[in-house]
Amino acid sequence: MPTTATPALEAAYDKAAAGTRLTREDALLLLEQGDLLTLGALATAVRDRKNPGRVVTYIVDRNVNYSNVCVTYCAFCAFYRAPGDREGYVQTYEQMGQRVEELRAQGGRQVLLQGGHHPELTIDWYTGLLSYLKGRFPEINLHAFSPPEITHFAEIWKVPVAEILRAFRAAGLGSVPGGGAEILVDRVRKIIAPLKATTEEWLGVMREAHHQGLRTSATMMYGHVETLAERVEHLDRLRRLEDETHGFTAFICWPFQKPNTNLERKVPKSSGAHEHLKTLAVGRLFLDNFDHVQASWVTQGPKVGQLALEFGCDDMGGTMMEENVVSAAGTTYRIPPDEMDRLILDAGYEPRRRTTQYELLPSHILEEAAP
Amino acid sequence: MTPEAALVKRLRAPKDLADLADKVIAGERLSFEDGMRLYRHDDLLAVGRMADLVRERLHGDKVYYNVNRHIEPTNVCATECAFCAFGKKANDPGAYEMAHEDVYARAATCVAEGATEVHIVAGLHPQFDLPWYEEMLRGLKARFPALHLKCFTAVEVAYFKNHHHLSHETVLRRLIDAGLDSMPGGGAEIFDPEVRKAICDNKCDADEWIAIHRKAHGMGLRSNATMLYGHIERDEHRVDHVLRIRALQDETHGFQAFIPLAFHPTNTLLSHLPGPSGRLDLRVVAVSRLLLDNVPHHKAYWIMLGEKTAQLALSFGSNDLDGTVEEENIVHMAGAESPQALSVARLEQLIRDAGRTPVERDTLYNVVRREPASA
Repeated sequence: MPTTATPALEAAYDKAAAGTRLTREDALLLLEQGDLLTLGALATAVRDRKNPGRVVTYIVDRNVNYSNVCVTYCAFCAFYRAPGDREGYVQTYEQMGQRVEELRAQGGRQVLLQGGHHPELTIDWYTGLLSYLKGRFPEINLHAFSPPEITHFAEIWKVPVAEILRAFRAAGLGSVPGGGAEILVDRVRKIIAPLKATTEEWLGVMREAHHQGLRTSATMMYGHVETLAERVEHLDRLRRLEDETHGFTAFICWPFQKPNTNLERKVPKSSGAHEHLKTLAVGRLFLDNFDHVQASWVTQGPKVGQLALEFGCDDMGGTMMEENVVSAAGTTYRIPPDEMDRLILDAGYEPRRRTTQYELLPSHILEEAAP
Repeated sequence: MTPEAALVKRLRAPKDLADLADKVIAGERLSFEDGMRLYRHDDLLAVGRMADLVRERLHGDKVYYNVNRHIEPTNVCATECAFCAFGKKANDPGAYEMAHEDVYARAATCVAEGATEVHIVAGLHPQFDLPWYEEMLRGLKARFPALHLKCFTAVEVAYFKNHHHLSHETVLRRLIDAGLDSMPGGGAEIFDPEVRKAICDNKCDADEWIAIHRKAHGMGLRSNATMLYGHIERDEHRVDHVLRIRALQDETHGFQAFIPLAFHPTNTLLSHLPGPSGRLDLRVVAVSRLLLDNVPHHKAYWIMLGEKTAQLALSFGSNDLDGTVEEENIVHMAGAESPQALSVARLEQLIRDAGRTPVERDTLYNVVRREPASA
């Protein structure tokens, strides 16, 4: 006989369908027992409510990793090099300016600046970098420095986070990327990233950024040593902060990539596409105060990225031009702007480019189609 | 709630698919027009949920795989199909021809690794004729009596018939007598004559493909059926294709599995095409499961779908991940990014992570039980 859901699971489905806020227990039950395609239907209904009009967005952007030198030694990372390593680098302002120039030529609207936790670069180097880029590329948003970088700066410069953010804003910082969240549970962080910002520190940087009027994204790296309950706890910390500040733009998640990392031996298996789409769908259902969920295709490829639009996602993220951090640990994918348009159209949506703050840009598809 | 009402709720069908959801719940056969609607409806996941119900009724939470190896004795081929990156002319630098001993050596490796099946298909090559293959089958059977020999698509059988001026029946009889155990389902491509003319004009036509499988089933061989999609065919061609298989299966009950094959354009004459999207991959899996109600097993062939889409197909109607497939060459020549082999552990994990129970099978879907250490 075909199975039907247990009464508890059915009740969680009903709550999700009615748009009632899910409890942590509900979310855990959905992750543990939820049927993938039922979760997809429920998440799609939420996506449609929050983003009516059959539009899927993305941003033309570029990642610039200013340095790979890092003193944080996270077990899941294949990108960093310790100080003194021959493969360590710091890019010059001019090198980075050249990269952003290439982005401008593509009509890009955002540069994601992220790097290792360099032990010696000064606050003047960072504010100088922001002013250098903002002066040359005023139309390009500087989406820069994840919370762990900022807590690292606070520690080595002995300057409070609020002051650093004010100085960065004055120099041209436009928004803060949500990286380095990993799993916001300190038991997990002690195993995978003991020297990185704690849960409270990560949330504290975001709270301060939101108070100063900076929008930020939020991420989750799952599929390593965390339990499903800890994944839910992570989502809950994000939801609680968003209730307080209303500063998050979007939720982005991806599975831990094993190759070339110190964590490889401790993690029994790699997550698959089933788990990714399920995690996205439950994320969409639980984070009822987030407007946007990104399809997170970098580790999954364009096929699964497109399918994510059926599991609650309304945004394809950035075109990136280059990606160095996740790519250092296994296969990653690239989707150039024209391919992004094709995937979105093929899924039955209108592709629209956006800013970091999710303002829609004029429809480029109609423009290009016009004589 | 009545059981029917619970199923209606489970399917969550949009209003304009409610009648088809009712048919699926009642186990009624779907029509050509139903198939077209399923291809054209926006709500891919609703179609998937219906197919998943059909799968679950047939197979519960079991997902099958087997431990097998592909051997392709030659890539020299006279057929020049537009979708193929494997076939070469005899004087091409990449052309190869194996000797019988090469085939035996490959089989010996896979038997040592626990394979229960070899899948042997090749290009159409005048020197690889019926006597060559009869000797190969006899050689394999003598060396590896327990190994299941799943060999020769209908296209190869048609080639032997023409090459030696024999009947299909005589060709099949001689192959069976030499040790052939079952036939794979390749060479079906798309049955529609216009599409076939455009992509594989030199290959046996739909009627002959079907006649050969009918004959094989009548002689006691089991076989599979495939469909190559994602090139120039349209929805109606896919529906038509699957319904022709359904009609033959009503007659013979000889097909074990249906295997949709995702077209890979790289290095083919159709390299200007983008290849199927993930949406089409899963749509084909689901609609085929719904229409092809009389073929028990539907395979998500990870070699062509890639590991990720194949795993997702398990939620859209597939109940089989095919095998470990040591050394696949045909699709990899066409740019497939999947690995050339998957370990049993990885296959089982993909199945478990999709919420199902992995079951190793042999070619005829008997459950294979192994000592834990040998897996």
